[in-house]
Amino acid sequence: MDSSASQTPTVSQRDQWMVEHRIFQIYDFFGGLPRKAQSAMLELQRENHMEYLIKGLKRLEPSFSVLDANRPWLCYWILHSIALLGECVEPELEDNVVDFLSHCQDPNGGYGGGPGQMPHLATTYAAVNALITVGGERSLSSINRMHDAGEIDVRACYTAISVASFLNILDNELVQNVGDYIVRCQTYEGGIAGEPGAEAHGGYTFCGFATMILINEANRLDLAGLLDWVAFRQGKECGFQGRTNKLIDSCYSFWQGGVFALLQRFHSTLDEQLALPHSGEGDCTNDSQKTGLNASCPVNLNSIGYNFIKQPAETEPLFHSLALQQYILLCGQDIEGGMRDKPGKGRDYYHTCYSLSGLSGCQYSSAEDEDSPPLPSAVMGPYSNLLEPIHPLFNVVLEKYYEAHEFFAMS
Amino acid sequence: MDSDEGNAQRVPLSQRPDWSDVTPVPQDDGPNPVVPIAYKEEFVETMNYFRAVYLADERSPRALWLTAEAIRLNAGNYTVWHFRRLILEALDGDLHDELGFTENIAKSNSKNYQIWHHRRWVAEKLGTDATSKELEFTKKILTLDAKNYHAWSHRQWVLQALGGWDDELHYCWQLLEEDIFNNSAWNQRYFVITTSPLLGGLEAMRESEVSYSVEAIVAHPENESPWRYLRGLYKGDIESWVNDPQVSSVCLKVLSAKNNNFTFALSTLLDLLCHGLQPSQELRDVVDALKASGENDQPDPDLAKTVCWILESVDPMRANYWKWRKSKLIS
Repeated sequence: MDSSASQTPTVSQRDQWMVEHRIFQIYDFFGGLPRKAQSAMLELQRENHMEYLIKGLKRLEPSFSVLDANRPWLCYWILHSIALLGECVEPELEDNVVDFLSHCQDPNGGYGGGPGQMPHLATTYAAVNALITVGGERSLSSINRMHDAGEIDVRACYTAISVASFLNILDNELVQNVGDYIVRCQTYEGGIAGEPGAEAHGGYTFCGFATMILINEANRLDLAGLLDWVAFRQGKECGFQGRTNKLIDSCYSFWQGGVFALLQRFHSTLDEQLALPHSGEGDCTNDSQKTGLNASCPVNLNSIGYNFIKQPAETEPLFHSLALQQYILLCGQDIEGGMRDKPGKGRDYYHTCYSLSGLSGCQYSSAEDEDSPPLPSAVMGPYSNLLEPIHPLFNVVLEKYYEAHEFFAMS
Repeated sequence: MDSDEGNAQRVPLSQRPDWSDVTPVPQDDGPNPVVPIAYKEEFVETMNYFRAVYLADERSPRALWLTAEAIRLNAGNYTVWHFRRLILEALDGDLHDELGFTENIAKSNSKNYQIWHHRRWVAEKLGTDATSKELEFTKKILTLDAKNYHAWSHRQWVLQALGGWDDELHYCWQLLEEDIFNNSAWNQRYFVITTSPLLGGLEAMRESEVSYSVEAIVAHPENESPWRYLRGLYKGDIESWVNDPQVSSVCLKVLSAKNNNFTFALSTLLDLLCHGLQPSQELRDVVDALKASGENDQPDPDLAKTVCWILESVDPMRANYWKWRKSKLIS
């Protein structure tokens, strides 16, 4: 192989340079502006985003026909984005959401992509998360319990386990082979793939890791390897890429960025794996003890979600939070509202949801516990950019999570 | 029944005699649905008729045709795909034709999960008769997008379920010749050397693969893929990775070269040191040389600490990670 100087650029190199060029143009322009103009450019365009979101909730153009089997997802993406912005939806519209999702529900449990469609794990996850985001008695009580058969894919594992955990129906039978499968999905690179043998990928890494936490088997993963892989997914463009040598995309602000929030509560296990004495109690079951789980007692799987968030985050985030926020705010926002993958791409509800989720994750990444609000230094742009905090395992607004948790614990 | 081209010429189903016995079933969105889609007339009608045959569980040729129409309008409707499979089974449909059908749909929807799931189902039924077709098909898709996740997953499934391993390593080599930065191809290469029944397994392949990765690294030290691949070759046997002189020597080579692409070399060196590498004097010297341009004059006997310190400076995006790594070093 020749040295780089004498070769024509490969497809990967060319694509990467084009994106870098475009993004650095934006950053250079930004850098040359006076303070006030910079602050304005960093502002989260709340009003525009709200307009875009509410509009989508009320009506979608014909081109959305290709998402006709994904309408619960559209509900979740839109409602969660609105909740992150700290806004409310009018009660009538909320009732309409609950009614509509009921029409998507299968009599045997589970939700389909639209009325009359078969129930599906992914759409069930989306519907449940959407209903939790709406919150309130009417919404939460509309969810019928169900029992699902397992599908073969890391994302399917996550959607099933996540819903089961929320509804308090996680049990050992459901969980049994899931851990084995996900361990097989961690690749030589350190990230997690959709299936054993496939390439390490941000979306599946989040889903796989979150699932392992929910079933109390995270210590079976090579967490040091996972951390090293995900740390290198943040590029000089400041955003995250989904896979090695691929282009950055704002949605990975959540899928990849979110992994750090999970890792922040796993430092004891990380230290164990690095074969180091933990600076705390130096006990091998440290993380277990902190989550209220104990080697000698039967594990209550359904408490993991709750105990996880109550545990303090141990360190500073191991990624560059301000850089990611810069990418989201300067490159991710569409001038007319909504957010996009990268400059040059069109806005959509999926990217709006995950960019905002990622942004929230960044803002709260240095907060020690849920009671202390982020310092202004942790928030890029004006402090009014601050979003609502999320539960990093489920990606619903924390307040809504607590409400739902209480509701299902009692039923 | 032929497929219609262009809305202007399309005869609505309601006007077709061969559908006159069917009462279309409208979608029950409820009175005030949210996220309502402003469907076009053709879409509404097609789905109304689909609902009718689906609810009646009519597994007929005309129902099969209708599922194709519905899929063309929305390839993401998994309910339609599911029903199509039921019909194919009931009618004992020609599965080779079905491969042609999915290929057509895949042309405009290569990232659609349902299409690939359906393709897998068809191929599974056809068994080894489908092997070469599937490898050809995925190759076609990969020519358009060499990193298509679904295509790679499907290809791996085909190899494991149906075989066809003969040319796979060469195919990886070809893709890497075209684009040495294609991480999907590197991943596939790993898959082949660890899984192919025609090769000896990871340990047997290790030596030649180490040489291959080292060559790739030297050509483009800024390419993350071969660095991770090299590490991967020693999965489950870190000690051998630390003790392989080729690993530390490629770090030395890259760090000694007169370019700025040494982040991965330093990161790899750090990992080696953490796992017990006894660094040579040459390695120490080359690291010290990198440090010389910095403000810190204190020579730190702990090479790993120095490496972390340099990384914080040359790889600022990961400054917090390097600080954390430094804090975890046993002093």
